[in-house]
Amino acid sequence: MEKYFEIAGKKLKSRLFIGTGKLSSYKLIPEIIKKTGVEVLTVAVRRIDPDTREENILNYIPKNVTVMVNTSGSRNAKEAIKIAEIGSEIIETDWIKIEIEVDYRYLLPDNEETVKATKYLSKKGYKVFPYITPDLVTARKLVDAGACAVMPLGSFIGTNRGITAKSLIEPIIKEINIPVIIDAGIGRPSHAAEAMEMGADAILVNTAVAIAKDPVKMSIALSEAVKAGRMAYEMGILKEKEYADPSSPVSDFLKKI
Amino acid sequence: MFFNELKKLEKNFIKIKKELKESRYITENSETDVLKFLFMDISSQALEKLSFKARRITDYFFGRTILLYTPLYISDYCRNGCLYCGFSALNKIKRKKLSYREIEKEMSEIRNKGFNTILILTGEDRYHSSFEYILNTIKIARKYFSEILTEVYPLNEDEYRKLVENGLTGVTLYQETYDKNLYKKVHLFGPKKDFRWRLDAIERALKSKVKEINIGPLLGLNKNWQFDVYMTLMHARYIEKNYPDVEISISYPRIQRSFSKTKVYPVSDKDFVKTIILTRIFLPRVQINISTREPSYIRDNLIGLGVTKMSAESKTVVGGHYITSNKEKQFEINDNRTLEEIMSVIRTKNYRPEFNNWIKV
Repeated sequence: MEKYFEIAGKKLKSRLFIGTGKLSSYKLIPEIIKKTGVEVLTVAVRRIDPDTREENILNYIPKNVTVMVNTSGSRNAKEAIKIAEIGSEIIETDWIKIEIEVDYRYLLPDNEETVKATKYLSKKGYKVFPYITPDLVTARKLVDAGACAVMPLGSFIGTNRGITAKSLIEPIIKEINIPVIIDAGIGRPSHAAEAMEMGADAILVNTAVAIAKDPVKMSIALSEAVKAGRMAYEMGILKEKEYADPSSPVSDFLKKI
Repeated sequence: MFFNELKKLEKNFIKIKKELKESRYITENSETDVLKFLFMDISSQALEKLSFKARRITDYFFGRTILLYTPLYISDYCRNGCLYCGFSALNKIKRKKLSYREIEKEMSEIRNKGFNTILILTGEDRYHSSFEYILNTIKIARKYFSEILTEVYPLNEDEYRKLVENGLTGVTLYQETYDKNLYKKVHLFGPKKDFRWRLDAIERALKSKVKEINIGPLLGLNKNWQFDVYMTLMHARYIEKNYPDVEISISYPRIQRSFSKTKVYPVSDKDFVKTIILTRIFLPRVQINISTREPSYIRDNLIGLGVTKMSAESKTVVGGHYITSNKEKQFEINDNRTLEEIMSVIRTKNYRPEFNNWIKV
């Protein structure tokens, strides 16, 4: 298996990124990192309060981990840009996940505003990771806008339904030349493996880890599934067939006619 | 406008209720399901089954977190004659209004405790609690908090817009009851008598681009409590469809007998819990807010069953966090535990107390 892969100029080993928002305690973070080798975490800027007396997430993130701040809570490009700038300053990171949610029932992002914010922040030198409803046309615009990767949703956030948007994500993976990180919907190790088998470069998971009985164990399970799926992808996965294919043909009849 | 929907829904409510009584076949759709469930006498076992579903949905969408906030009453002057409220103009009480200096002191005290979300409350009195007074309070709050909510009288659209521009994130406004006749009966006089002005205020706030809206009925006012729960759910659904980018919260405050001058129809604990579970299943992404009106055993047991937001260390007197001279309460607090104690209960249940819902931009 390839030892490293590259994203936004960084060499990474682990293709599993983990979100922190729904965790029952930030104390779980160092343990998850230790047991899985996860190198990228996402943190919502809206959840950071540097002055808090309470459990401060910033104290639980190991130094060698890259933090991607997300702009959740923003409703348009302008708000997303502001939140990104604030977050980047507090956390001292230039990795920004643009998350512009305009629909609370389904938590769907606004692809159009996302393109705008990506363009602006990329120009300013940030490493931008836009979260989108899977759409190849938008993905292409994001490549032009300077995105470091695209993050299409696999299913609605928090649903753990797996990659129900598979047929819309596949063309993105095939057609564009920047990394694709499947975000949202991954609820089980089998979903994680599926994402890798599809050729996704990485996945981002939050809910499945956060609400598991044992978040550390679940992150290990996901991490192993990611490795397995990737290994198979690199090897080349055999196509599924519609009919049984006997290894020794039953008759020579067809050859003879 | 939801007011127009309300008319249709009222008819629908009566029709479905009649059908239920006649126990005829009911076509399955989510609205009738909601009503069926509200009128059904559900067994504890069945309720427990549904509670697992509610827990799963809550965990999936909100994670293992409970958002904590605290209210601050800045003035109890009020011109409304509401039959259920301690601050009603019907009550001859010593009124108090905080000065800006006092507001600042209260807020800095609240922030020091760890809160980052504040709910600012006033009575309805445009003389003592003018719009300017509310606006200036929000300007002060902005220095301390990232999430600023108001529970004040209905404003006009321009006023809401101005508040939003100055840092207001959300508006809390309870319709108390969606039954127009009952509404008239329990609001004897004052500007609150105008049912429509209050109901439409939610949409005026939404048009002014607030980030959050908190609605709810006052349970116990209406003998037909199912009507008010149903309308609240439909109201939330209406907002979801028409203003999809807004975070909706629902509260179900239960009226307290001691403060009420009108007949109270208590909603039982079981019906209350049923209502919360129903709300979570019908509206998976809506925040459900439970205040310190409820006793600790109810609050603690609802963590994870749908509730996502809780108030803590609430005082229902003007001031109360720092300035403690005032005695007149709007209602009685039934959970007097400290913030630390509440946080420790949340942690014991394997949830994380969350203080930050928005970022100051």
